[in-house]
Amino acid sequence: MVLVLLGLLCWGSGVWAQGLQPLPDAPKIESGDTAWVLASTALVLAMVVPGLALFYGGQVRSKNVLGTMLHSLVILCLVSAIWVLFGYSLAFAPDKGGVVGGLDWVGLSGVGVDPYPKYGPTIPHQAFMLFQLMLAAFTPALIAGAFAERIRFSALLLFVALWSMFIYSPLAHWIWGGGWLGKMGVLDFAGGAVVHISSGAAGLACALALGHRRGYRTDYMAPHNLSLTLLGTGLLWFGWFGFNGGSARGANAVAIGAIVATHIAAATSALTWMVVEWMHRGKPTLLGMASGAVAGMATVTAGAGYVGPMGAVLFGLAGGALCYGAIVWKGKIGYDDALDVVGLHAVGGIIGMLATGLLASKGVNAAGADGLLFGNPAQFWTQAVAVCVTALFSFAGSYLILKMVDGLIGLRVSPEEETTGLDLSQHNERAYS
Amino acid sequence: MKLVEAIIKPFKLDEVKDALLEIGVQGMTVTEVKGFGRQKGHKETYRGTEYTIEFVPKVKLEVAVADSLVPRVIEAITRSAKTGSIGDGKIFVRDLSAAVRIRTGESGETAL
Repeated sequence: MVLVLLGLLCWGSGVWAQGLQPLPDAPKIESGDTAWVLASTALVLAMVVPGLALFYGGQVRSKNVLGTMLHSLVILCLVSAIWVLFGYSLAFAPDKGGVVGGLDWVGLSGVGVDPYPKYGPTIPHQAFMLFQLMLAAFTPALIAGAFAERIRFSALLLFVALWSMFIYSPLAHWIWGGGWLGKMGVLDFAGGAVVHISSGAAGLACALALGHRRGYRTDYMAPHNLSLTLLGTGLLWFGWFGFNGGSARGANAVAIGAIVATHIAAATSALTWMVVEWMHRGKPTLLGMASGAVAGMATVTAGAGYVGPMGAVLFGLAGGALCYGAIVWKGKIGYDDALDVVGLHAVGGIIGMLATGLLASKGVNAAGADGLLFGNPAQFWTQAVAVCVTALFSFAGSYLILKMVDGLIGLRVSPEEETTGLDLSQHNERAYS
Repeated sequence: MKLVEAIIKPFKLDEVKDALLEIGVQGMTVTEVKGFGRQKGHKETYRGTEYTIEFVPKVKLEVAVADSLVPRVIEAITRSAKTGSIGDGKIFVRDLSAAVRIRTGESGETAL
C-alpha cells in the first residue's frame, strides 16, 4: 500500500516536479517512459539537423545556403560538447541560491542511469540529460536566423559557446532546474521562455549588434529555394511532437495532451497566417503558411501539457495573427532580423507564456496550475514576470557577449566576403556549381 | 533581307512557331531574355518583405526572311502572340546586309 502511494506520488510529481527532493529509495525505471523520452530526443535532434538547417537554408540566397546550414550543424556539435562539460550542470545540478546549478555534475559526473526523481522518476537520468541537450542545442540554432548571411564563422562559434553557458544554462535553471522563477510558480512546459523568448530576444540583439545585410532594402534578397524551407518546416513539425511530448518526461497522459495541443496550434496558426496574409497582401503563400506553423508551435510550447485542445486553438489563432503582425511591423522599423527570429520566436514565446497564464488548467495537468480564466489571476502575473525577466536577461546578456566578440575577433565578414557569399568566402565551397 | 526580332510572352512560343512555319519560314532562333516595357514588372512578397521585379521573363525570337515575306511574318507573329493584355511584347525589323549558309557557302536569300 505504501509502495503504491509512493509510486503514485512519483508519477504525479514527475510530470512537473518543482522542488521535490530525491526520494531515499531509487525509483524504478519504466521501459515505456524511457523509450518515449529517447525517441523524443531523436525527434528533437531532427529539428536541428536537418530541420532548422533546411528551414533556414531555403530562405537565404544561394550563395549563403551552405554557410547557413553549417550554422545548425556546428551549433548542435558545439553545444553538445559544452552541455556535457558544464552546461548541464549549470542548468540542472542542485541549486545554488536560486541563480544557477552547482558544479556537482560537471563532466556528467554523478549523472548515471539511475533516475533522478526530480527530473523524471521513471527514466534514467542520462535520458533526461540528453533530451535537455537537444533543447539546449536547438535554442541557439534558432538565433542563427537573425545573423544569417553576414556573420564571421569564428565569431559565431565564440558567441554560441558563451551564450549557451551564460544565458541558456542560467535561464533553464531559473525555470526548470529549481531556480527562482520556478519557485515563483512560473509555468513553462517545454520552453516558451527558456527556448523561444530567449532565442528571440538574442536574435534582436544580434540584428542590432551586427547591423543590416549589405543591400538590405535595395537588393533582391528573396529566399533561394522555398521547397527546402517547406521540407524543414515538416521536419520541425515532426520533431516538435518530441520537443513538447518529450517534456512530459514519460509516455503518459500529459505527453498525449502536449502533442495534441502542439498539432492543433500549428495547424490553426498556419491557417490563421494564410487568411491574414491573403486579406492583407492579396495572396496566400507557402512561406507564409510555413511561418505560421512554426509561429504556432513556438507559441504553444509554453502551454502544451497545461491546456486542452480548445485552448490550443486559441494559442494558434493568437500566434498566427500576432506573429504576422510582428513581421509586418518589422518591415516598418527596419532592423534586419534576416529570417524573423524575433517575429516568430520572441513574439510567439511571449504570447505563449502569457496565454498559459490565462488558459492553464489543473484539470488538464494536476501538476500544473490554474490560469486566470480558471480563477487564478496571480498565475498570469507570474507568467508576465517570467516574460520580462527572460527577454531582458537574454537581450542584455546577448548584446554584451556580442560586443565582446566584436571587440575580440569582429562579428561581421568583410564587405567583399559578404558580397561573394558565406559559402565561398568562409568555407571555400558552394552549394550549386 | 530583313531580320525580324520579336519579344513575346514565353507561353506563346509554340503558337508563334507554328504560325511562322505555316507561312513558309524555315528556321528561327530563340533566346530566353528578361525585360520590361510599359507593363513594368511584378511584385513578389516574402513574409514581410516586398520586391518589385522589373525585369520579367520573355522569349526573343529571331527570324531572317526575304523582304517579300516580312509583312506576312509580322502578321503571323502579331496574330499568334497576341493575348490582348498588357505585356504581349514587341516586334522589331532591321535590315540584313548578308547571309551565308556555312555548310555550302551559299549566300543571300538562297541561304535563308
